[in-house]
Amino acid sequence: MATIEAAVPDQGRGASTYAGGVWSWITTVDHKRIGILYFVSGLVFFLVGGVEAMLMRLQLAAPGNTLLDPATYNQLFTMHGLTMILLAVMPIGAGFFNYLVPLQIGARDVAFPRLNALSYWLFLFGALLLNSSFLFGGAPQAGWFAYANLTSSQYSPGHGMDFYILGLALAGTGSIVAALNFIVTILNLRAPGLSLMRVPLFTWMTLVVSFQIILAFPPFTIAIVFLLFDRMFGTLFFEPLGGGDPILWQHLFWIFGHPEVYIVVLPAFGIISEVIPTFSRKPLFGYPVVVYSGVLIGFLGFGVWAHHMFSVGLGPLANSVFAGLTMLIAIPTGVKIFHWIATMWGGAIRFRTAMLFAVGLIVMFTIGGLTGVMHASPPADLQQTDTYFVVAHLHYVLFGGTMLGLFSGMYYWFPKVTGRFLDERLGKAHFWLTFIGINLTFFPMHFAGLHGMPRRTYTYPAGLGFEGYNLTSTVGAGITLLAVLVFLYNLVRSLRSGERAGASPWGGATLEWSTSSPPPVHNFDWTPQVRSRDPLWHDGVELPAAEEEIHMPNPSYWPVVVAAGALTLAAGALIGLPVVLLGVAVMVGGIYGWAFEPIHG
Amino acid sequence: MERTNTGVPNEKMLMWAFIGSECMLFASLIATYLTYRGRSLVGPYPEDLLNIPFITVTTFVLLMSSLTMVLALSAVQRGDARGSRVFLLLTAVLGIIFVGGQAIEFSHFAGEGLGLSRNLFSSTFFLTTGFHGAHVTVGVIWLLSLWVLTMRGRLGPESSVKVEVAGLYWHFVDVVWIVLFTVIYLMSGS
Amino acid sequence: MTSEKALGIESGGVVAAHAHEEPHASNRTYVVIALVLGVLTALEVMVFYVEALAPVLVPILILLSGTKFALVVAFYMHLKFDGNVLRGLFLGPLFIAVAIIVALIALYGYLL
Ligand code: HEM
Ligand SMILES: [Cu+2]
Repeated sequence: MATIEAAVPDQGRGASTYAGGVWSWITTVDHKRIGILYFVSGLVFFLVGGVEAMLMRLQLAAPGNTLLDPATYNQLFTMHGLTMILLAVMPIGAGFFNYLVPLQIGARDVAFPRLNALSYWLFLFGALLLNSSFLFGGAPQAGWFAYANLTSSQYSPGHGMDFYILGLALAGTGSIVAALNFIVTILNLRAPGLSLMRVPLFTWMTLVVSFQIILAFPPFTIAIVFLLFDRMFGTLFFEPLGGGDPILWQHLFWIFGHPEVYIVVLPAFGIISEVIPTFSRKPLFGYPVVVYSGVLIGFLGFGVWAHHMFSVGLGPLANSVFAGLTMLIAIPTGVKIFHWIATMWGGAIRFRTAMLFAVGLIVMFTIGGLTGVMHASPPADLQQTDTYFVVAHLHYVLFGGTMLGLFSGMYYWFPKVTGRFLDERLGKAHFWLTFIGINLTFFPMHFAGLHGMPRRTYTYPAGLGFEGYNLTSTVGAGITLLAVLVFLYNLVRSLRSGERAGASPWGGATLEWSTSSPPPVHNFDWTPQVRSRDPLWHDGVELPAAEEEIHMPNPSYWPVVVAAGALTLAAGALIGLPVVLLGVAVMVGGIYGWAFEPIHG
Repeated sequence: MERTNTGVPNEKMLMWAFIGSECMLFASLIATYLTYRGRSLVGPYPEDLLNIPFITVTTFVLLMSSLTMVLALSAVQRGDARGSRVFLLLTAVLGIIFVGGQAIEFSHFAGEGLGLSRNLFSSTFFLTTGFHGAHVTVGVIWLLSLWVLTMRGRLGPESSVKVEVAGLYWHFVDVVWIVLFTVIYLMSGS
Repeated sequence: MTSEKALGIESGGVVAAHAHEEPHASNRTYVVIALVLGVLTALEVMVFYVEALAPVLVPILILLSGTKFALVVAFYMHLKFDGNVLRGLFLGPLFIAVAIIVALIALYGYLL
């Protein structure tokens, strides 16, 4: 497939520039800048979560180790899980949504730029609030799924769980707001001719994920509000002594939690569905099937939650139903894998770093999917649940699936965002170190788990046969850390002195490659008229007849004011009523200021 | 008016997506209420306290506020300034009556010994109806703000989508109450 | 159902906002609906008080309140007249929400 870039007149010639300075970042409503903010914050939290992981791995390197005491260890695994899933992977994914979706659909921004800024600040403040628990008497210790009644004020004294509740309430609200915004953006702001069945897969997956977010987060919100009331006002939701049922928490949590795992992985699927065609020089094989299987995964994802609860004793009927649905969901997942392989089949493959990571995802995710199907069977799961086998599964899908996909996307779009390439040699080193590192870390965990090593215990005695597995895992973790350092060095170096990239450095097919790198503030000088699914590969993009007037929204400080009000409100729940009222006042004032602010200059 | 692919204004689509999300919020509350029904270990129980005639009246008030809401929207769309003002205010007032009724009900229950943490009924009842009441309150503030705009003559047919979106929210809150009224009050005996 | 063109979504075309608007229900319709809603509410409350109906109380109530729900959504919220996009935006989530309520009460043994 030849690239017909000539058919695509360059965009972004009369590039307008951004105002500089910190204030301009705080008040920005530009989707590209918000994307970068998400990305950088997510990366920082990825490092925080990584340090937490390294500490745990060091503690587990040898039996009977005393580097960490049990309470610290509990805080670390809880915060590691929360940080990685909600504060690192999701925000990095959101960074990609923000930066790319408007570019891929030929729009100048999202439908509601100020709401978009609000989403970011809510996420950031929630994340900071949650992490500040380390400073104020200790982080939550009940695991990322925080099972009741371990979380009651009796068994989780101190404020750790309160930080969990309040921090995640803020961050979760931010996610819902962002998702609503992207639903409207994708349904309503597409360029002429860009019907839904021509939209790039990454944008499609963003749409699916957005729906999952708006539907999955409310049950979690309700669960944490119940918990908050149980802890602060003595309600009985999860209190067995008053007739409450701790299992209800598990239901509400996993009604959120299972869709959440797809919220986390589908963006990565979207990314490699862009990367693989570009580096195979072939359109995605069976585009509609890939789209529909994504939608199906999104939908079925709401019907499988109890596979996390097989050991609860829901009864044979319930277990069978949920086992069946869980195995069903593996089908559309497998379909995607085969379509990626079919896309590569017979293509002119170029193994640039982005492509290496994409292929790495396919390999690793297949392994993780297989172990997933294994414990979709209740009898097998009873053996595996709460052991390191599950830890191995979830890291194969999360690191091997999601993170590799996100890395792939970083190498692929870095030239678009910065106008420079990431270094390929360092990139390849990054890939191979990561690939070796994570397999060394997580593969032995399968065996440790099958031999009975329980997860979430701070140490193990010698002589049970766990030593070898654990030492290997710790060495692997060290190699993974090295890989991350290589990546960071690559980022910094390439930002300064990376090779320059043009508008379309890889010859990609989608609209973001038709504008300059980095794109101008307004993205496109003229709105593209799209005539095919791969507009830059065939049929091209039409020039519109007339010049357009371009209006970009003004910067605004109201989003950060409203978010600060929400943060004050949340912190007030721990400090006292006056602070709560202050928070409400700031929020209400902010909303009115927002409503009456003129949007365009 | 901005041009969109679907012909639906962005604000309106945003509100419908938000309503979809809210469905899950209230579904979680209702599911909890139902799974905990009849599991309170100590009284007072629902059948001791729920006052059906009283709540029927406030329910009716909220239902009628949906009528005044559509009439307000249609007045705004027609450019009928007086109608807009009257019906927006009326809707807000009906909402206030509903919330007032709820306040009376809550304090009556508390007086009868049903504190928030008394039993499972009190926990689920207060949170479910409380969440709804908070939604009504937000709606009232929103409607009053719109009403102020009409008083200043700043809400003509060209900005009717603002009223439409507020109306969607308001009707949704009403629809939730249709369900809660049935589930909490009328099914309390069975 | 609205035509594909009006939907705008298949064609990917840009439709001016409100271009496909169908006639609104009139104020008269709104008042009639309100009357029906009032009557249905009265019926619901009556059913509650009739001892003889106790065994079928729940199905009757679901039917009556379901009708009220549908009337408000269809007419007051205008969904009957709006395109498929909004309908999907509401009915999809509603379906999942109802399914989750049913699943939970089934899991807690109230249905089987
Ligand atoms: C083929 C598809 C998949 C199947 C059949 C599957 C199945 C399962 C099952 C049955 C469990 C429960 C194990 C237990 O606790 O005993 C589980 C746990 C888990 N899965 Fe998957 N899974 C799949 C894909 C994914 C994906 C895509 C992700 C995330 C990207 C993921 C992340 C997780 C996580 C985080 C847990 C552990 C939760 C915890 O206990 O902390 N899974 N999976
Ligand atoms: Cu799951």
